[in-house]
Amino acid sequence: MMQERAIPTLPSIAPITREEGLRLYEDMVLGRFFEDKCAEMYYRGKMFGFVHLYNGQEAVSTGVIQSMRPGEDYVCSTYRDHVHALSVGVPARNVMAELFGKATGCSKGRGGSMHLFSAEHKLLGGYAFIGEGIPVALGAAFQSKYRREVMGDASADQVTAAFFGDGTTNNGQFFECLNMAALWSLPIIFVVENNKWAIGMAHERATSQPEIYKKASVFGMPGIEVDGMDVLAVRTVAQEAVARARAGEGPTLIECLTYRFRGHSLADPDELRSKTEKELWLARDPIKKLANYLIDKQLTDAEELKAIDHHIQEVIDDAVKFAQESPEPDASELYRFVFAEDE
Amino acid sequence: MAETLLFNALREAIDEEMARDPSVFVLGEDVGHYGGSYKVTKDLYKKYGELRVLDTPIAENSFTGMAVGAAMTGLRPIIEGMNMGFLLLAFNQIANNAGMLRYTSGGNYKIPMVIRGPGGVGRQLGAEHSQRLEAYFQGVPGLKLVACSTPYNAKGLLKAAIRDDNPILFFEHVLLYNLKENLPDEEYVLPLDKAELVRKGKDVTILTYSRMRHHVMAAVKTLEKEGYDPEVIDLISLKPLDFDTIGESIRKTHRVIIVEECMKSGGIGAELTASINDRLFDELDAPVLRLSSQDIPTPYNGTLENLTIVQPPQIVEAVQKMVALRV
Ligand SMILES: Cc1ncc(C[n+]2csc(CCOP(=O)(O)OP(=O)(O)O)c2C)c(N)n1
Ligand SMILES: [Mg+2]
Repeated sequence: MMQERAIPTLPSIAPITREEGLRLYEDMVLGRFFEDKCAEMYYRGKMFGFVHLYNGQEAVSTGVIQSMRPGEDYVCSTYRDHVHALSVGVPARNVMAELFGKATGCSKGRGGSMHLFSAEHKLLGGYAFIGEGIPVALGAAFQSKYRREVMGDASADQVTAAFFGDGTTNNGQFFECLNMAALWSLPIIFVVENNKWAIGMAHERATSQPEIYKKASVFGMPGIEVDGMDVLAVRTVAQEAVARARAGEGPTLIECLTYRFRGHSLADPDELRSKTEKELWLARDPIKKLANYLIDKQLTDAEELKAIDHHIQEVIDDAVKFAQESPEPDASELYRFVFAEDE
Repeated sequence: MAETLLFNALREAIDEEMARDPSVFVLGEDVGHYGGSYKVTKDLYKKYGELRVLDTPIAENSFTGMAVGAAMTGLRPIIEGMNMGFLLLAFNQIANNAGMLRYTSGGNYKIPMVIRGPGGVGRQLGAEHSQRLEAYFQGVPGLKLVACSTPYNAKGLLKAAIRDDNPILFFEHVLLYNLKENLPDEEYVLPLDKAELVRKGKDVTILTYSRMRHHVMAAVKTLEKEGYDPEVIDLISLKPLDFDTIGESIRKTHRVIIVEECMKSGGIGAELTASINDRLFDELDAPVLRLSSQDIPTPYNGTLENLTIVQPPQIVEAVQKMVALRV
């Protein structure tokens, strides 16, 4: 095991109200419980294909997306997209139904786990090939600028967040898009979820400069590293980046140091990561960390958090029930949506 | 009527559509200040500004993906491939994103974009600059493939492509940019899915597209003198194929020759032949004949290059043989 990178700390974190704190907690628990249920359903043969779970990384999705205007700002994900979809507000029912391949899924059963989409929630999608979502996100950010400057739409101040992994930062699209985003000062945030691994490729074995945030500087862009297991830290950094993007001051690269608590996908035997490494990171569970903080600051108590857990469990159970009871896509609609004319 | 060069016909199409719809914009390498490698976008940035005629860095896959994202969020990008061959670097974004994303997203997003630019075998440009990407892309669901061949159809088709809500690969040919034709003064838009009946005839149906249309018409001149009466159809839409027009012709002539510039293996002609056999086999008096480019990287040497692509005398000979089968 490589020596662990020092956990970055911030001089101060953004103030948080009780309501905001509980919202972050609820969002993270929703992601965690949803993924746990997916694992169960996958092993019970209810969902198929490659299913990549997000356990452990919740502070990143929640910290960034809850600092945006969910449903108004754009979010672009990868194949590890369930929790980003939930954070932007796609109902758990429609995400679960998509994983079950049902007609009520957010991609009408055509997409599956790696291709969650919702135009309504400004979710630009889950992308199964690494890196390809980054330029798509760039296009959405370009669109905001274009609407404002060319079409004179003063309300077009949407920000776009592109999420992707450490392994993806070795792909050309990462560098190409950092260049264009900085060149044209686009309202975009590049969120690297550095979970130390790209399937079985340890980050340090894949890159000559493991500190990804430093790569921003050559593009003249702010690059920030943040503890990706601390939602309040992620949120603090994200709020600044969002404000900067919205003000037309350009992009930011945020490297979140995080860890996935499960294998790469549910098909991964997860044999390469050491026990010590896993235990070290498991002990830094972002949900427990937030819970402790909120209780510590007397913003809530264990009882209230338990009630939230209970409520979320109901949401998940309802989502499964909805997915199970939903109809299969109509076989007569096999060709529907190939072309724009199919609504 | 104004005599117009093909590249200017394309420019007029873009200019008119940009004036008509502020969500239309052009992006690509050297489309702005430089005016495009074949001057299709010359000076448009002066009229529309640098965001609407966006000079991009040389990053084909990323600026193509960026156009997909812009299209998903309501703009109507026109990508110029400096040479269509360079878009091999953007194969992923064209296939996975432009082509498949609407379906994969269950109809969440539309991708109204045009990807256009010069391609085909030019004059001794070497293999990499002499590509015919239509064969590579015809297998991608969700894409429409259109090839223009005259100033008139170039303008009318490009306008239609820009207005269409689907991703469209729009093929131009490097050797056709200086064709001249009188174009109507009034605005016109042509249907994207209709083949063009270039010459009515009864002996044999010749199906062709892009530059080969002109080789076919050169051959027809000779054939007419010899008393032959071929029907010539320019496919225009390479995907989907216009089987109304194609079928009508084959039901009349019962003979088909395909003349194409793409390679024989897995080419447009291969797909066309298979589809004709599927749909119209009983109408045929002879097997469909394919005249295609050789299955080799296009050689630099002029003589070898000429041997690689179909030449008019081969078309003349093919028609003579095909018609002779009748007796
Ligand atoms: C273009 C492409 N190449 C290879 C793969 C196979 N693949 C899927 S995920 C992955 C690792 C990506 O790692 P990282 O970017 O760190 O994201 P993480 O899975 O850790 O979230 C690879 C190689 C792919 N999906 N796309
Ligand atoms: Mg990783």
